[in-house]
Amino acid sequence: MTLQHPIPGSNTDLHRLYQEMRRVRSFEERVGELFVRGQTAGSMLHLSIGEESAAVGVCAAMQPQDTFTTHHRGHGIFLARGADPARMMAEIGGKEAGYCHGKGGSMHIADMGLGHLGANAIVGGGIPTVVGAGLAAKHKKTGAVSVAFFGDGATGQGILYESMNMAALWGLPVVFCCINNQYGMGTRIDQATANTRLHERALAFGLNGETVDGLDVESVAAAARRIVDAARAGKPGFLAVDCYRFYGHARKDKSPYRDAAEEEAGRQKDPVAHARARLIAAGLVTAADLDRLDAAIDAEMDATIDFTIAQAEPPLSSMFRDVYDPSEPEPEPVRTRLDRVLARE
Amino acid sequence: MEMTYRDALRQALADAMRDDPDVVIMGEEVGRYGGAYGVTKDLIRDFGPDRVIDTPISEPAIVGAAVGAAMTGLRPVAELMYVDFIGMTMDQLANQAAKIRYMFGGQIGVPMVLRTQGGTGRSAGAQHSQSLEAYVMHTPGLRLAMPATVADAYHLLRQALTKPDPVVFIEHKALYTMKEDVDLSAPAPEWGKAAVRRMGDDLVIVTYSRQLHYALDAAKTLSAQGIEATVIDLRTLNPLDFDTIRPHVERVGRVMVVSEGAMTCGVAAELAARITEECFDFLHDPVLRVAGEDIPISVSTQLESGSVPGPKLIAETAGRLFA
Repeated sequence: MTLQHPIPGSNTDLHRLYQEMRRVRSFEERVGELFVRGQTAGSMLHLSIGEESAAVGVCAAMQPQDTFTTHHRGHGIFLARGADPARMMAEIGGKEAGYCHGKGGSMHIADMGLGHLGANAIVGGGIPTVVGAGLAAKHKKTGAVSVAFFGDGATGQGILYESMNMAALWGLPVVFCCINNQYGMGTRIDQATANTRLHERALAFGLNGETVDGLDVESVAAAARRIVDAARAGKPGFLAVDCYRFYGHARKDKSPYRDAAEEEAGRQKDPVAHARARLIAAGLVTAADLDRLDAAIDAEMDATIDFTIAQAEPPLSSMFRDVYDPSEPEPEPVRTRLDRVLARE
Repeated sequence: MEMTYRDALRQALADAMRDDPDVVIMGEEVGRYGGAYGVTKDLIRDFGPDRVIDTPISEPAIVGAAVGAAMTGLRPVAELMYVDFIGMTMDQLANQAAKIRYMFGGQIGVPMVLRTQGGTGRSAGAQHSQSLEAYVMHTPGLRLAMPATVADAYHLLRQALTKPDPVVFIEHKALYTMKEDVDLSAPAPEWGKAAVRRMGDDLVIVTYSRQLHYALDAAKTLSAQGIEATVIDLRTLNPLDFDTIRPHVERVGRVMVVSEGAMTCGVAAELAARITEECFDFLHDPVLRVAGEDIPISVSTQLESGSVPGPKLIAETAGRLFA
């Protein structure tokens, strides 16, 4: 179900960036539906609506051999990297056809083929992974950069600073990308730290550091290219992308900790709408062109729902698989042991 | 050839690094200092700073970086200077390393080794003397090796460095200077198999790490009293070789599990429960746990040695089974 891109363009072309962002938006708008309809597993859903420029802009600066980790709000990043949305949706719904055979779900999705070293449900948990990946890339001279995506909430975790220090000390091809959506769950960034100019922390460790306004995806892509290219040359960096989390922390969060006026203002910072307006204003496309594109994208994403509903759950027999390498015995089920004990004469 | 436990570990690291260019060592003081207990001495000279990597004092990132390196083609040996620091690293160890293969549906493993050391014996105090193997054993996905002998220090570490899954390798700080005559070219014992270090018909003692030596000492004392003990050295706690334990328990009917870790919910507790469940009809007495006290370890040598099992406690406890 690969979408034929109706508007050709280079990787950083605004058409393409718009299209990628629009795909993320469309996917995220649908991702809760399965669960809400009671048709799949997967209760932990964190939407990245409003943050699409970070995912799409940074991924546009990455190369095929690069690797990355994401936080718990990582659907958009994986999609922007080229994930199959149907297999993503199936994974989020806990289905066998998903990227991780239904064992990982939204917060533990991964795909080695696309260099996705894993989403993470521990805030900051995937950050040191890229230090190791950077170390391996340098050691093996693969030319790969490894990017850790995380939210502003992770700037409260010590592991970020340990990791930035090591990356700078060893000159690793590593990028720390902070998607600053202003909220760690219900705590606004200025309620969590006194200095909200987050990239300054990276400068203190000797990394490159920038903050870019996430409203404009082309600015994000340009900043990401500066940071990623420098990292590839041995100078790691930190990129903060300022944006606004349009909806609550998770599915049931109605955001009681922020008022409607703030939300309304925040949602004006819409990178998808901004890119659309710029495309039309520049006379590059008409609104009708983009409507057709949007409809094609929405149809693609609608199909992921039907696909997922039609898929089977992983078989119960897969429960003990992949705790250890397939060459090793699987753990003995509790039931088997109890049967043995109770069968004694 | 006579060598120490420490030298055997160093030899295993050096041989693994020569055989596999992807093996790198990373940790605090592993390079220029040579390791807090001297295990990695001179390896930086032989293999260079790109493969013997001195790190900042950042245990979570040391383990986390090892996870990332292991996922992308290296075979890192991360060193944790004391097992007492494992709490610092527990997210990276238990939430990341241990679960990555499973969470990601078998796409990739984390072939890393976390080398560390634990136990009492150096008057090192409450935060440098613990036996925390139960934390590791309680976490599915982590292999756990705890060598008691010089030969095992070598072979288990070499084998750990060929394993597809993360291995936590806990040395005992009181064993580093122990010497044995070993032939490292002899065939290595099979990974995951326990070793029967002594045979006897009256009592089975199941143990590992330094307590093996205490158990063997106690067995000598008991022998003089006419009590003959079988002593089993587990060698690895995950995999746990219950198949070696079972026939001896069924043959003898009396069992004592000896561990330096705190008794409650410890390794000895798990083994006692398992033996009781699986060998219930063969037991003449309750399975005894001889384990560390449920208290912190003191600096005072008297309080320190009193808080963990020793040969005297093991022998006296065994003797009472036959009184």
